[in-house]
Amino acid sequence: MPLPELAILWRPFAAAVLGGLVCGIVGVWVVMMNIPFVGVAMSHAAFAGAVTGLLLGVSPLLTAAVFCLAASLLIGPVAEHADIEPSVSLGIIFSLVLGFAFLAIGLMRGPRAGALNLIWGNILLVSARDLALMAGAAAAVLLFLGLFYKELQAVLYNREIARAVGIPERALFFAMLVLCGLSVTANLGTIGGLLIFSLIVNPPSAAYQLTYRLKTMYLLSALFGILSCLVGLLVSWLTDAPAGAVIIITSSAIFGLAMLFSPKRRPADGVRG
Amino acid sequence: MTSAVSLRSVTVGYHEQVALRDVSLEIGRGEFCGIIGPNGAGKSTLLAVINGLTRTRSGTVNVLGEFATRANFGRLRRRIGYVAQQERVDPRAPISCLDAVLIGRCGRAGLLRRLASADRGRALAMMELTRTSHLSDRPVGRLSGGEARKIALARALVQEPELLLLDEPTSNLDPRAVREFDELVADAYRRFCLTVVMVTHLLDHLPQIAGRIVMVRNGRVTHSCDRAALNDERLVAQLFTDAAP
Repeated sequence: MPLPELAILWRPFAAAVLGGLVCGIVGVWVVMMNIPFVGVAMSHAAFAGAVTGLLLGVSPLLTAAVFCLAASLLIGPVAEHADIEPSVSLGIIFSLVLGFAFLAIGLMRGPRAGALNLIWGNILLVSARDLALMAGAAAAVLLFLGLFYKELQAVLYNREIARAVGIPERALFFAMLVLCGLSVTANLGTIGGLLIFSLIVNPPSAAYQLTYRLKTMYLLSALFGILSCLVGLLVSWLTDAPAGAVIIITSSAIFGLAMLFSPKRRPADGVRG
Repeated sequence: MTSAVSLRSVTVGYHEQVALRDVSLEIGRGEFCGIIGPNGAGKSTLLAVINGLTRTRSGTVNVLGEFATRANFGRLRRRIGYVAQQERVDPRAPISCLDAVLIGRCGRAGLLRRLASADRGRALAMMELTRTSHLSDRPVGRLSGGEARKIALARALVQEPELLLLDEPTSNLDPRAVREFDELVADAYRRFCLTVVMVTHLLDHLPQIAGRIVMVRNGRVTHSCDRAALNDERLVAQLFTDAAP
């Protein structure tokens, strides 16, 4: 590949690494807490926010972040106050933000290409501002993970037990949701609001098949996320195929392979019922 | 004897259902108190009140010398070991038994602090005490019922608790596993001078060392007496018959 073309690619390459990394990490929280719908709700909240931003003539990223933050702050309290499972409250939030998104699209005048771009995203057209936002989200997620690793492990194991040993599990749970929303917002322009859900769920689900160690799961999940994004980027660059779609197909293929070769499908030695 | 737990006129309800009605209870420091009663009597709710895991509608709760509020329960819980009724863990969960036991040190260590090698040493010591050292690398979801309860006990003990709460820890265990678990609890009680509150629906499942028995039925404390005084078999039989309000 000629040098000028490689120079053009550095920004999408960095976006692929950052996007895959951050989605892989927050995905571990989503999968371990068995709330995969959080990715759907967050991505649609971000999409609804961005479309509302386009409608109002303000920065779509800013409104996407506001909607994501609002959704993440609603999911936990709605589940607690209504005494329902978080997955049910996620369903309610999801339907609410979807309503907002369709309302905003319906009220928009003129071409709606800007809104549709946010559904699919385009990693090849990532701007310096997008990249900075992604780097910020990745830094926030990694810092949070580094500072509260032991507490997060307890929350992911069992929220009631975490609370019983004196860990502020509620605050940590809400913080995880907020960071999940931030990560979705940061990747909206590159991966797309519709497809990012798969990137949050598939890499950690693949990692879950392969290890009994949480640290290894984080590492594998981030690695699979980055690999999916890089493959998507490369195939898109070479064939003009939509990058987001290739990213998702790649991450799904990785999950399929992990499931096929998972050591967890075989009964472990010395394990009793 | 000073009180480890003091409940005054505590009422707890979930929606329209009242789980505890106007319950008052004193448990002294160093006591081993067994709470028995039929299913749905309010035994587990009683433990949840002591551990601040449920909200009360009315009444006051004093635990380990402090009036328990939502603000201070987080700190109080670090001094309370808790073995839940049953911990549902996915057999494929990427957490080892040693990691699960170490969770008990997290509250005491505090936020933003890494667990030290002394914490790991303490966790290994409690696993030895509960005869689970050989399980340290085993995924915590891949345990038998008896092994899982012993790991939960090790996690509670690694907290260095003053008060140990056990919520039906021997349910669904075979008689041998029940005996073994009771021996471990009795050993920990003596060794660490604990106050223990153990909930069960079977009197036989309480270790002999449990000196005091509290009977709960329909959300009320019906009897509280020394185990030695519990020679009236009709009293226990009556507890489990006509359990409807």
